[in-house]
Amino acid sequence: MARVFANWSVRIGASALVFLLFLAIAAPYLGTVDPTLFDAGSRDLTPGQAGEITTLEGDTVKHVFLMGSDSFGRDIYSRVLYGTRVSLIVGLACAAVALAVGIVCGLLAGYVRWLDGPLMRLMDGIMAIPAILIAIALVALWRASLPTVIFAIAIPEIPRVTRLVRSLVLTLREEPYVEAAVSLGTPPLKIMFGHILPNTIAPLIVQGTYIVGFAILIEAILSFLGVGLPPDVPTWGNIMAEGRVQFVAYPHNVFFPGIFLAATVLAVNILGDGLRDTLDPKLAKRVEPE
Amino acid sequence: MAVLVFLLLRLTPGDPAAILAGDAATAEQIDRIRASLGLDRSIEAQFAIWLGQVLTGDLGQSFYYRMGVATLIGQRLEPTLALALFTLVLSVCVAVPLGVLAAWRHGGWLDRGLMAFSVGGFSVPTFVVAYLLIWLVSLKLGWLPVQGYVRFSENHLLFLKHLILPSITLSFIYIALIARVTRASVLEALGEDYIRTARAKGLPETRVLLRHALANAAVPIATVIGIGIAILIGGVVVTESVYAIPGLGRLTVDAVLARDFPTIQGLILFFSFVYVMVNLLIDLSYAFLDPRIRY
Repeated sequence: MARVFANWSVRIGASALVFLLFLAIAAPYLGTVDPTLFDAGSRDLTPGQAGEITTLEGDTVKHVFLMGSDSFGRDIYSRVLYGTRVSLIVGLACAAVALAVGIVCGLLAGYVRWLDGPLMRLMDGIMAIPAILIAIALVALWRASLPTVIFAIAIPEIPRVTRLVRSLVLTLREEPYVEAAVSLGTPPLKIMFGHILPNTIAPLIVQGTYIVGFAILIEAILSFLGVGLPPDVPTWGNIMAEGRVQFVAYPHNVFFPGIFLAATVLAVNILGDGLRDTLDPKLAKRVEPE
Repeated sequence: MAVLVFLLLRLTPGDPAAILAGDAATAEQIDRIRASLGLDRSIEAQFAIWLGQVLTGDLGQSFYYRMGVATLIGQRLEPTLALALFTLVLSVCVAVPLGVLAAWRHGGWLDRGLMAFSVGGFSVPTFVVAYLLIWLVSLKLGWLPVQGYVRFSENHLLFLKHLILPSITLSFIYIALIARVTRASVLEALGEDYIRTARAKGLPETRVLLRHALANAAVPIATVIGIGIAILIGGVVVTESVYAIPGLGRLTVDAVLARDFPTIQGLILFFSFVYVMVNLLIDLSYAFLDPRIRY
């Protein structure tokens, strides 16, 4: 553990993410207003301009629009900060779903001989379609909401996890301690989850980190294209999609969420690179590029 | 490969029932639409009919555009093809020399710069790059048009001008990917004995790099160009949307918004087919790139 945190990539990536996590959790206490609040009187303000905002209760509060406001008079700063929540939830949930399904499929394919062929052909089939197209098509089928978006982004990631786990299982199953467990009559499920799975953790953590970054990116793309979460939900992609109409006059509506998005994905990828170098140097060749 | 293409066909048809979920019509109306679209038959029968049509080159009728999906794809192909080819050529021309130079001066400023750029290239989303470029090049400097597309047959110069920014935008992530792999595989080749031999017998350094190192690193580079087609296709969807280019990417988004399922199916099938075919061609090119590989 100390070795992992001695790595500068891990330090930088992890501290940036902890900071974003803090922003996401503490969003209501950081001088924000309701991110969905419309205020006709404060439309299209430039960053730093002071104005007033009328809450749903009818109170008028003075508010400085740090990042300006959009064409509905909503505070970009509040929307960007609340958008951090959506991005982190989607990223982490996608990684959890893809890892969970991928681990089960990978263990089955690697350990149960007759399942290997059919399962891996199915995975080849999914991998033949570019990830973003699967996500777009699934969202179109299911209608966008938080769970459907999460599953739509996670599904194209499953084959990568499955292949990684399967390749690890194929080497691990020949290890003496697995043979010993088999000869003692240990049930297959216990061998898979008790003996083999714990030895695949390091590469899975690394792969999981990359999935978080990728999922955040895809979610933003879906929202930006208008096929992701409904437009009233403050996500970085949605803020940019609304800002693009007025991009020429008010570029800040696009740039602020864009900077947050780029910084977040960068932090996740730097953390992933650092974890890869410290946890599993051999992995550089094993994890496939997107 | 044949199994793969077959599976791909199997997987692409979406759930036909979901089409009806998008309608606020009465039960009889739904039934009528269902029958007219052939959706009242069993999934297996629909699949058999659809497969038969696809194999004879018929992708079905678009619900929204009221024309054959194949015709629709044909109409929108030119901008996407132009954008993809421009990007491909630009990326390879920039990324391969960069990768070779970085590997040659391993640990130098170019190497470190390139590695930083490649992490950045993966992380900064295409549409953020796109808006940055539009803001800088089109709005501040006024050198190129902001968005839009002009057909090649209408005006050659305008056609070029409209494609420069989208191609640069799209090539960012592709350059990051190719340069990274080029660097790694050239670096590996440079450690081989035959490089030392080549240098020892006094060959010029450029010849050592290109003829001995790069030639032996060609297979992984070709592979990553093939894998990258998936990124390129995803990027086309985003880039066309930002730059208002009426190509297949825009069509995909429009079809999803209109819930035009035959078009979505057709497009996914088309993109996947291109992806699989390009990778098949690259597999075949290994024999050319590396004479030791034979089929």
